[in-house]
Amino acid sequence: MQQKKIGNYTIDVDNEGFLTNLTQWNKDIAAAIAKEEGIAELTPAHWRVIEFMQKDFKENGAVPTIRKINKTGVISTKELYEIFPGGPAKKAAKIAGLTKPAGCV
Amino acid sequence: MEEKIKKVSIIISKGGMDGVYPGLIMANGARMEGIEASLFFTFFGLDAIIKKRMGKIKVATVGNPGMHMVSLLGVLPGMSAMATAMMKKTMDKLDIPPVPEFIEMVYDSGCKLYACKASVDMFKLKKEDFCPQVDSIITVGDFYEIAAGGHIIFT
Repeated sequence: MQQKKIGNYTIDVDNEGFLTNLTQWNKDIAAAIAKEEGIAELTPAHWRVIEFMQKDFKENGAVPTIRKINKTGVISTKELYEIFPGGPAKKAAKIAGLTKPAGCV
Repeated sequence: MEEKIKKVSIIISKGGMDGVYPGLIMANGARMEGIEASLFFTFFGLDAIIKKRMGKIKVATVGNPGMHMVSLLGVLPGMSAMATAMMKKTMDKLDIPPVPEFIEMVYDSGCKLYACKASVDMFKLKKEDFCPQVDSIITVGDFYEIAAGGHIIFT
């Protein structure tokens, strides 16, 4: 386990930078991780995805797939790829303070 | 650390479930990692993008040692449909979509889809026979141009 400093916060992360303790997450941390991932500003669309992923993670114990995010009407797959360029599931999970997505789809 | 893969071109040449899914999963997985991806459908792999056939991709129960059953059973009517239905159910739970939805998903992810001209001519197909996600019908020469600078995967 590693620790990382973001602003005034210290968070526990794995070696790829995913938070290992969701209770340490907050919106400032999300915005800071987003910047590191090349997303300058989190828009309402980003937050819709983040909030859904966190809710689904709490209910099911796993990061939801892109298909699930699309099917539940949170955001279309096309748009998801646009707002999280270069790896939507992984980036969104990281920003949301969740574990690295475990599935192949 | 090794240099990251930036681009892949995946060829799908077989029409059964075990022919179509690996290529789709690899292309989709590439896009999920931010890797540029294109899919090239050839020979019976074309079934996955033919409007009338893409919803009917089945698993072969005859001549498929992976099924772990006596081939004689595999020829029974409805056997392939039953095995396919069972497999689809399991896949759906894993969020692996049916072929038409998967084609849409991989297209929406930014993967480009192409049909092989030689196969299209051989099967006497037209652009209209394909689902709208198919970009174009291309020659093998075009394919190599598109694939330039990346990795080519044949399935």
